[in-house]
Amino acid sequence: MPVPSDLHFYVDPARCIGCNACVQACSECDSHKGQSMIQLDLIDALRSPQTVPVVCMHCDSPTCAEVCPADAIKRTEDGVVLSARKPRCIACNNCVLACPFGVPKMNTGMGLMMKCDMCYDRTSVGKKPMCASVCPSQALFYGTREEIERLRPGSTAISSFQFGRQTINTRVRMMVPRANAAPLSVADGFGDPGLGHEVADDVFAHIALGGDL
Amino acid sequence: MPIPPPENLALLDAFGPHRAYERDRAPSGSPSHLVKTHCCFCGQQCGIKLEVKDNAVVGFEPWYDFPFNKGKLCPKGIKRYLQNQHPDRLVRAYAKDTSAPEGFRALPYEEAITRVAAEIDRIQTHYGRDAFAVLSGASLTTEKTYLMGKFAHMTLRTANIDYNGRLCMVSAGAGNKKAFGIDRGANPWDDLLGAEVIFIAGANIAECAPITTDYVWQARERGAKVIVVDPRVTPLARTCDLYLPVKPGRDVALFNGILHLMIANDWLDRPFIDAHTVGFDALAAHVAEWTPAQTAEVTGIAEPLIRQAAALWGKAKTSFLMHARGIEHHSHGVQNVLGAINIVLASGRIGREFCGYATITGQANGQGGREHGQKCDQLPGGRDLANPEHRAYIAGVWGMEPDELPQPGVDAYEIFRKVERDEVRGLLSICFNPVVSLPDNNFIRAMLDKLEFYVAIDFFLNETARYADIVLPGSLHEEDEGTVTQVEGRVIKINKAVSCPGDARQDWRIIQDLARALGRERGMTFASPEAIFDELRVASRGGICDYSAISYDKIDQQFGVFWPCPDTGPDGQPTPEHRGTVRLFEPGSWNPIARGAGPFYFPDGKARFNVSRYTPPAEVVDADYPIILTTGRVVSHFLSGTQTRRIGPLVDHCPEPFVELHPRLAERLGIADADWVRVVSRRGETTLQAHVVRTIRPDTVFIPYHWAGRKSVNQLTIAAQDPISKIPEYKVCAVKLEKAQAPAYRAELEPQQ
Repeated sequence: MPVPSDLHFYVDPARCIGCNACVQACSECDSHKGQSMIQLDLIDALRSPQTVPVVCMHCDSPTCAEVCPADAIKRTEDGVVLSARKPRCIACNNCVLACPFGVPKMNTGMGLMMKCDMCYDRTSVGKKPMCASVCPSQALFYGTREEIERLRPGSTAISSFQFGRQTINTRVRMMVPRANAAPLSVADGFGDPGLGHEVADDVFAHIALGGDL
Repeated sequence: MPIPPPENLALLDAFGPHRAYERDRAPSGSPSHLVKTHCCFCGQQCGIKLEVKDNAVVGFEPWYDFPFNKGKLCPKGIKRYLQNQHPDRLVRAYAKDTSAPEGFRALPYEEAITRVAAEIDRIQTHYGRDAFAVLSGASLTTEKTYLMGKFAHMTLRTANIDYNGRLCMVSAGAGNKKAFGIDRGANPWDDLLGAEVIFIAGANIAECAPITTDYVWQARERGAKVIVVDPRVTPLARTCDLYLPVKPGRDVALFNGILHLMIANDWLDRPFIDAHTVGFDALAAHVAEWTPAQTAEVTGIAEPLIRQAAALWGKAKTSFLMHARGIEHHSHGVQNVLGAINIVLASGRIGREFCGYATITGQANGQGGREHGQKCDQLPGGRDLANPEHRAYIAGVWGMEPDELPQPGVDAYEIFRKVERDEVRGLLSICFNPVVSLPDNNFIRAMLDKLEFYVAIDFFLNETARYADIVLPGSLHEEDEGTVTQVEGRVIKINKAVSCPGDARQDWRIIQDLARALGRERGMTFASPEAIFDELRVASRGGICDYSAISYDKIDQQFGVFWPCPDTGPDGQPTPEHRGTVRLFEPGSWNPIARGAGPFYFPDGKARFNVSRYTPPAEVVDADYPIILTTGRVVSHFLSGTQTRRIGPLVDHCPEPFVELHPRLAERLGIADADWVRVVSRRGETTLQAHVVRTIRPDTVFIPYHWAGRKSVNQLTIAAQDPISKIPEYKVCAVKLEKAQAPAYRAELEPQQ
């Protein structure tokens, strides 16, 4: 059966607590062969405990598949982009380099590109993906649009991203503050670290060190 | 007694800790069935389905229907299945054998039991009954904790039993008893989901109670403001509305300062205070001195932040205050807890929907494990060993004379001081790893060496059991059934998934085998955990922690039952259909102490304000030891690491302890990120790698405590204890730091060892 069309994957990095549950759970999905295909990125460990979970965004026109010389990356009818197919993948790394979100990873041991497949073995039979099932903060959420709108009134979901002249529409949706609901352009972030650094830096400014350390 | 080199590598080879991985396990194929149960780790007790095949736990599946966590799990719960079929699993009994390279030889189970019984008998005959002590734990099911209390108090008739909740829940418990007359989190977590203000003090929720995160974020979606008090910017603090960077050990000063401002601005619920509390005037007089300036001076929190916190808290219509070990692990931990409760009571926001207060329990059965008689001064049902009526009731249930019950004993740390004074000569421990978990653990090692006889029950050879004369192979969580009571006060059921391997036995059978071998079998012939539970129900009847109308079936039908759940109503009529008490202190509620006089558990039904007095930590920084050391947990490990340091993916995520320090401090000391740093206190030292981060107070360093031996931060911590709760002061001591070389043992030891 296809992944139900009313169920969507939402990523809300503001909620992420870096607990690693998604990473540990990903490797427990039956079809992932013990590999974890989600990344948990630590943004700037010196300044902030902020982390961001990175799943495949399951693009409508997946760049990884477009650049694959071996036609090894398939997007299912229901919009899920799968890991490279073993008989076809030539481990050339094109997809790894081309993906604008930095998702595919080369499993050098297996000579195979592996990536998040939204737990297709689970989602295609109506179950939730493993990471979104366990996520303690629900930074990863899987459900209907009605559910997310009810649960997150301060945020809105976007699924269109601007990378220079390339516009990418995705099946996975990113939660952003309702006030900033325009399509996200990565170029906007170039001049602004956007991490609230000044806040973290100032928190302890008034606390003096003793004189005799 | 600092740890002498070299390491006993033969012992490590034989017993671990080794890391288990899925890839090293035999392929299992599809699981044959799923067992609904709960995680074996923290006090949240998330529902989980274990996948079982051929008497092995082979994986898990989220249990979406369980209402508390709805399928959510932290990394520990996800990988917990790897503790099953583990190469380090104890499947035989062992006796100390100094001629063997690994220090132990296996022996038949019955022979081990006979020897333990003979030693208990010898020590009690020679030195008196109290010379044999028992240390138990709050990760055991409530049935087992009840049995441990009964075994000590009835079978051994020793006063000296205590448990590892002494390191965990006792400050909160004592504070709750003083203020409310009952020791239970007052509200279900659903009450977070409508609170205007959530006040989190000394609780690294994201790492120590991860599932609670979604409740906090969901509350915020509904408009809640989140206040976090912590010396570190924890993951939850990162985006909170107000972060108060408290100097470790100064929490009660903050609470007093907030109360001062609540009074000054009349942000009080006067009708509630007048009708439902006593003691406010004395407290108000006490906090008069806690002006914002004085509070800022003591707490190290800037005055405007204190004012903001007081205004947010003071003006709220609904709220939920939560705290954990961060305010409790102090030589004045009870005062910190009372300070927190005082601002709750002054607000009148308790006993109603979205008006809550709770401590976040640490261990799986941190709640249930502190209720039914394994604490040194306690009998089942939350009864007191010093109370003649309580003694008479329990003696009646157990079929003995009240005078045969011992008097209250001493706390877990004091038991080791009794070893030093030759008052305790023998020890039985279960579910407790004091070599890792108690402070100043060089002293603990010396005392373990001094014991005439020590028997440890465990499923892995934990670091303390290495000192044992006899090791008995107990049961893993998934090898037994029984109840635990989770953080909200909800009694839930652990279900058996597999049977014990080899000579290993369910813990309650081992204890009963010992009673039989001692010739003291009476009252120790239960055929099942449910039979123990049925007696516990009777023993708890009429007590504060009343479980009398709870049954395994009812737990199953209701997804857990919140105690109190009495089987007899106020009018003396039977109430077998009682559904439990989800929220405490509701207006008009009845309890067996107040008997209708009011919602709180005192004869007049009123809650108590207690003067919460600030005193500095036992050891303050000075020129020789100028830096504050505070300790705590990381998300991938649990307590002393006996389980999580054996689960490969969890070790890989956090292989070794580290010392976290601010770049300003690091720069002063010439330390860069990842440098090796020697951290020294007056009691011990450890050499760890630096994590340089801007998210900790510059005058404080943090080290997580889950590791053993030379990596154990509890070599450094101080054995100062709260005078009321006897909790150790893990959260503050004085240290110095210096740049160092990588320790030599690293060539021999794996990170988890």
